[in-house]
Amino acid sequence: MPSTIETVETVQELTGAYKYGFVTDIEMDMAPKGLSEDTIRYISAQKNEPEWLLEWRLKALSLWQKMEEPKWAKVDYPKIDYQDLYYYAAPKKKGDGPKSLDEVDPELLNTYEKLGIPLKEQEILAGVVAVDAVFDSVSVATTYKAKLEEKGIIFCSFSEAVHRAPELVKKYLGSVVPQSDNYFACLNSAVFSDGSFVYVPKGVRCPMELSTYFRINAQNTGQFERTLIIVEEGSYVSYLEGCTAPQRDENQLHAAVVELIALDDAEIKYSTVQNWYPGDAEGKGGIYNFVTKRGACRGKRSKISWTQVETGSAVTWKYPSCILQGDDSVGEFYSVAITNNAQQADTGTKMIHIGKNTRSTIVSKGIAAGRSDNTYRGLVRVLAGAEGARNYSQCDSLLIGDKCGAHTVPYIESRTPFSTLEHEATTARISDDQLFLCRQRGLSSEEAVALIVNGFCKEVLQNLPMEFAVEAQKLVGISLEGSVG
Amino acid sequence: MSNGLVIKDLRVSIGDKEILKGINLTVEPGVVHAIMGPNGSGKSTLAHVISGRPGYEVTGGSITFDGHDVLEMEPEERAAVGLFLAFQYPVEIPGVTNVNFLKTAVNSLRKARGEKELDPMAFLKLLREKAKALELPEDMLKRQLNVGFSGGEKKRNEMLQMAVLAPKLAILDETDSGLDIDAIRIVAEGVNAQRSPDRAFLVITHYQRLLDYIVPDVVHVLAYGKIVETGGADLARRLEKTGYAEYTPAA
Repeated sequence: MPSTIETVETVQELTGAYKYGFVTDIEMDMAPKGLSEDTIRYISAQKNEPEWLLEWRLKALSLWQKMEEPKWAKVDYPKIDYQDLYYYAAPKKKGDGPKSLDEVDPELLNTYEKLGIPLKEQEILAGVVAVDAVFDSVSVATTYKAKLEEKGIIFCSFSEAVHRAPELVKKYLGSVVPQSDNYFACLNSAVFSDGSFVYVPKGVRCPMELSTYFRINAQNTGQFERTLIIVEEGSYVSYLEGCTAPQRDENQLHAAVVELIALDDAEIKYSTVQNWYPGDAEGKGGIYNFVTKRGACRGKRSKISWTQVETGSAVTWKYPSCILQGDDSVGEFYSVAITNNAQQADTGTKMIHIGKNTRSTIVSKGIAAGRSDNTYRGLVRVLAGAEGARNYSQCDSLLIGDKCGAHTVPYIESRTPFSTLEHEATTARISDDQLFLCRQRGLSSEEAVALIVNGFCKEVLQNLPMEFAVEAQKLVGISLEGSVG
Repeated sequence: MSNGLVIKDLRVSIGDKEILKGINLTVEPGVVHAIMGPNGSGKSTLAHVISGRPGYEVTGGSITFDGHDVLEMEPEERAAVGLFLAFQYPVEIPGVTNVNFLKTAVNSLRKARGEKELDPMAFLKLLREKAKALELPEDMLKRQLNVGFSGGEKKRNEMLQMAVLAPKLAILDETDSGLDIDAIRIVAEGVNAQRSPDRAFLVITHYQRLLDYIVPDVVHVLAYGKIVETGGADLARRLEKTGYAEYTPAA
């Protein structure tokens, strides 16, 4: 049972005397349970959306109702009852979560401590206080926004963008990931809650990583996040998504969609650190993360680079991809996926070469520990017109212990004889000799594993922006704790 | 208590096979002991058991170091009280630079000893100083640990680790194996430079030639799981002539 409903029902049972009032309260903040036209009209109305967007959502719903949940990924989870979910909940009010850090799971606090996250931030992450209770978010937001607006950059929530930049949203929404693209993207198109919107006008280099702002303001974007980033000719943006700290989250099913559009000579660097709750040692209660991320290099010489560090979630289903349409455009995918205990990750990328002399690089590092399963699934497709296309793929797997699995499933299709494709793959274990060497020099076995795995992932981690890289390194160690006896 | 390494009646097996059959050995602070012996006599087993490598079963006896019950300690705890093993075959750790590895090691040891961690600048200063003394080129510090190192470079790198970690007892497990004479001399110079009244060495070797450069105070012959003879540096020279033939398997 998804934990949202569980929480609601538990509270309903416990608060018998106030049941009526409580339910009324919920009805005000939540869409009715289940997925129907009514749900979607409700969501759209809550957000005061224009008619065209409502129609767009409704169209997605009717498409989705005819689709089947995909079964091809190497992941196994109980059947999801889509009618037994709530699809919209208003942002949490103060007093909803734990009252103080004393009430928060000590394990979680321990992790924050190790990551070196400041106390104030810990309180936000654990849901103890709302953002505005700690940061003067108005002034923080204003400072950043003023700086960005000077350059003509729009950076706001998706809902806000619908009103602020309706033409851009209308033009680009669904242009990279069409509604009918896949089951989860289609579901997202119908019920997406909120997310981020970025627009960088022609010839502008975004002066900051769009990160700090994001981290403190992007709470409660909900389980069906929708992100749209448009970068005009000759512009650049680096966008950081997520957080190294495990976030308290009551939604079990997450299905996000991210669309990137890069025009001539534009560059988008998109970095993700995903550390959602993986569930207990048996995988119970963890997040199911079904994400569709895709970037379109529409312009000549444009570039999209994905860097991801995936350590959380019980089930991950995610293939950040690049459509290399413009001649001489470049796609990159750098990935670290760590699975421990009963986690399952099926992740990789798709590089679709359409334009001439398009280049792509794939570096995937999969680390499996415990009883987890870690799959790289990737597609490199070179279309007939993509003369001079090049791809280099490197997929390395590292196994810790003898009960986990690493799988590599590369698909390579080329329809032009004038292309160069390389694929390398390795599988290794952390050897007892490596561990002993480290321990003989004074490292604990956990420090040793963290050091060795960080070395293994180095090529990917060094692609992260500095501030993120340091935390990601610590996270790599923490997520593998207890993986060696 | 600094009475060095004391091994009493140590018995060790791998599976059903008894490798060490009652070893008695004392290595006092500041003294250089050499252990020689034929292949398969248990020399490396002894080095591994002292430093806590998994895979061996201690069936009897005791090892103490400065009063610590070594056999009860994790490998990293043994390192923290000052035990160091220079490996016969140092393994590669891809992606981890020499600098980063050593910094992590130094600070893990300092933490375990209740000392303040070294800041990056102080650490680099220490590392450069030690590397210079061993005539190690600076670029070797930035390379990935042992990856693509020649045999000689690996062993010199072990000497660098020893110099930086400054142990009280360094065990050299056949450090000379696979080295040409020039590399042996460089390694030996590294060791000799680090000899001091509060640093003991246990030099394990098959051949006498390393002991031409590292002149030991005491030489033991380990054969078929037992120490069969103990003497001074001249014992090593005698063995060079006679070989190990005189030591037959114990009944």
